[in-house]
Amino acid sequence: MKSRKKGKKIPLTYYMMVVPIGILFFIFHTVPFLRGVFYSFTNWTGYGSWKFVGLKNYLYMFGNSNITDAYWFTFKFALFATILVNAIALAIAIGLNSNIKFQSLLKAVYFVPYMLGSLIVGFVFKFIFSNLIPQFGHLIHLPILYNNILGTTHAWIGILIVTIWQGLAFNTLIYLAGLQSVDPEIYEAAALDGVGPWQKFRDITFPLIAPFFTINLVLSVKGYLMVFDQIMAMTNGGPGNSTTSISVEIYTQGFQGSQFAIQSANAVVLFIVVLVISLIQLRILNKREEKLS
Amino acid sequence: MQANVEVKSNEPKPKKRAKNKHINWTLTSVLMVVAIFAILGPIYITIVIALKDPSQMTNILSLPKKIHWENFANAWSMTDFPRMFFNTLFITVVNIIFTILTNSMAAYVITRYRLKNKFFNMMYYYFISAMFIPFNVIMLPLVKEVSAFHMDNILGITFLYIVFGLPQSIFLYSGFVKGIPTALEEAAIMDGAKPYQVFFKVIFPLMKPMHATVAILSFMWTWNDFLMPLVLLSDPHQQTLQLAQYVFQGQFSTQYNLAFASYVLVLLPVLLMYVFFQKYIIAGVTSGSVK
Repeated sequence: MKSRKKGKKIPLTYYMMVVPIGILFFIFHTVPFLRGVFYSFTNWTGYGSWKFVGLKNYLYMFGNSNITDAYWFTFKFALFATILVNAIALAIAIGLNSNIKFQSLLKAVYFVPYMLGSLIVGFVFKFIFSNLIPQFGHLIHLPILYNNILGTTHAWIGILIVTIWQGLAFNTLIYLAGLQSVDPEIYEAAALDGVGPWQKFRDITFPLIAPFFTINLVLSVKGYLMVFDQIMAMTNGGPGNSTTSISVEIYTQGFQGSQFAIQSANAVVLFIVVLVISLIQLRILNKREEKLS
Repeated sequence: MQANVEVKSNEPKPKKRAKNKHINWTLTSVLMVVAIFAILGPIYITIVIALKDPSQMTNILSLPKKIHWENFANAWSMTDFPRMFFNTLFITVVNIIFTILTNSMAAYVITRYRLKNKFFNMMYYYFISAMFIPFNVIMLPLVKEVSAFHMDNILGITFLYIVFGLPQSIFLYSGFVKGIPTALEEAAIMDGAKPYQVFFKVIFPLMKPMHATVAILSFMWTWNDFLMPLVLLSDPHQQTLQLAQYVFQGQFSTQYNLAFASYVLVLLPVLLMYVFFQKYIIAGVTSGSVK
């Protein structure tokens, strides 16, 4: 209670504005987190008795092909989704920021997917992949489209497509905010100096929107490493377990299987992965921003 | 084309640059074609399927010959729509109200006093670092805890949304509070205002723009959330719209028209909100991410 003395001028009311909700947050957020870490060192199945097993769950994870496959799938998915969403979103944002007609209307339309729940979007695309595209394939006699992609070894591409469809909305909005913050006079000056379009993008636009790039990249990677809704809607992790992400694995095996403790260890590893990747990204990107400015 | 022209005339103010440069029609057409096929296409498919019956499904994309409004009535009763809608609305509205009230309070005190007081500074870092803990990481133990407290219902999940919103709210409000001059509070204290009056009468109204952002982000989160209801709500009467779509997948099986009518019922409120409050939503989401 040393802090009390130092802050004695602060009225009790202010403590009441923070402490009760802070305690609730601790009970419902921090305690489960700590309990998860705790269970990861036990053999608890979710009920009954348990004992400490040390690092056994963590070692089991590395030897279990379902779990390692889930990691490979999630990393591959997050990598492709992050790169494609950001590249396409940047292109759309540059397009929307140019001298085009119906600018506000187009901006509004490109943002619509953000409003829709990813579960339902997943259901709609599942139908498109399973019924519409095969129907279209038969119409134009293109055998490659006859099969539902979600039933093949390429199912992950179907999930990637839905994720891109939905993810573009937010990332485009952020890039657009970045592009609009650039003073048009800079471009006018550059145009007078005869700067070409690619050089303009590389030397002027990109450095100026670098902070927006950082936001998008960090949020994308974090979000895509957690991918869950689309998969539950479209494949339930299948066929086989080829589209089982880490989150889907934690959910299915942790709740429906009897791997409560093992999946707790999995959750801890997922947390560390997300934390480390986010911090590395922030560090590298902030450093680059500093260098650029 | 008609619609576009109308919307254009509603545009608030023409962009500065538009005046002295030529409109790039090629780019406009490309962006419009992509928007129509890629963005509006799937939404069009959803709506036409919801309006047809199975006999009209041989050509999925065609407009319905006869509109089957009864799909909506059937989906409505099959998924117990009114109850799910009320549950979801309750979560959304109560969450917005209490998130704004309680989170802004905590964020204000923490931001204002964290430089003078170690405790509040510690609280600031505590909440900000909690942002790195995704829900998926805590869900297994949380479910155990929630059922032990008998909170696996609508009221319980609403409470959790309010509490779990704290890290993000503190992050959002703190940037805003920094910009409010302390002179305002000092003047109010000189006039004899009590601490809670300083907050509610002086600061709270000033935070209005950030309240709007927090309200929009909270709405989007609770209305579209699937994972938290999935793991926490098991009683069929205590489910949300998103969860109901998942639960009824099996029952819809190949009755696509019913399933899609049900999706439309869930998407419609959000899309209507978007049509009316589009400007605020876009501004809110932007300011929630870009400080």
